[in-house]
Amino acid sequence: MTDVKQEEITKVIVISSDKVLPVDAAMKIYESEFPVTVKETCFGLIVTGPAEDVLMVTEEIRKLDKNHIFVKDRGFPAGDERRCRASRGGGPRPGFHFLREEVRMLPAIGTALDELEVKEPLKKSRGKKDKLKVSELEKIIEAEIAR
Amino acid sequence: MAKIFIYPVNSLILADLVERFGHKPLAVMNQVREKVTNISLDSPPVNITPEDPKIGLRYAAVEVPAGVRGRMSLIGPLIEEAEAAIIVHEPPVDFGCVGCNRTNELMKYLVRSKDIPILELRYPEAEENAQEFVYKIAAFLEALSGEEEK
Repeated sequence: MTDVKQEEITKVIVISSDKVLPVDAAMKIYESEFPVTVKETCFGLIVTGPAEDVLMVTEEIRKLDKNHIFVKDRGFPAGDERRCRASRGGGPRPGFHFLREEVRMLPAIGTALDELEVKEPLKKSRGKKDKLKVSELEKIIEAEIAR
Repeated sequence: MAKIFIYPVNSLILADLVERFGHKPLAVMNQVREKVTNISLDSPPVNITPEDPKIGLRYAAVEVPAGVRGRMSLIGPLIEEAEAAIIVHEPPVDFGCVGCNRTNELMKYLVRSKDIPILELRYPEAEENAQEFVYKIAAFLEALSGEEEK
């Protein structure tokens, strides 16, 4: 069993961004030289380490694309034998199915956060069919090109 | 900063939104962490002690399935701690650690019977619902911050 100090915490960072990849976020952490363990996954990163460092790291990562990077706590540390698929003989780890379902909704949640940030009244943006603004078209094209 | 109980108790979206708007999410992951990373291991691998079923008995009688009491031993203390709650109905997945419907019903009942502000809404299925979902949660959390300032 993995020995972990009591003050250590683990965060799951889920990246649903057009600009940032999990590897970019991981490189950012390696560059920062925080004493944390980083595990890259298909949906983002798992970061384990002393509470203060992990919180600072997650804040740094969040800044890369604030509204499209999501963070939650995780009970088990990264690579814990009780959850690691290598020692459990494969198969999805417990908690994966719920995460996968939520990851599907993240692009929509990210867009909603973007709109909330620019203080666009929610009801105004729905229902009425207006002409597409040039600035919005530019944003869509940039997002598509960045994919 | 208020302590917000969230349902589903392990939701990434809810935990992130609560933290993003400056409050503390009361999620089951933190309870699990205390169990699995405690150095003084009483009962590996998940460190369930004889005290845990007793905590569960505070919320559910001995006749109810052991799983309900086990889950409530983790979730019950969170409900007691909660200063507000966000309940999302019909989440896409209701299995695994949030799979026991009896526990979910008991949990929601206990939250509603507390005198705290509660936001109840449906899980978003499309982009338009997501906008409304985020907007309502943001408004609820901002109102809580406003109350605290008063």
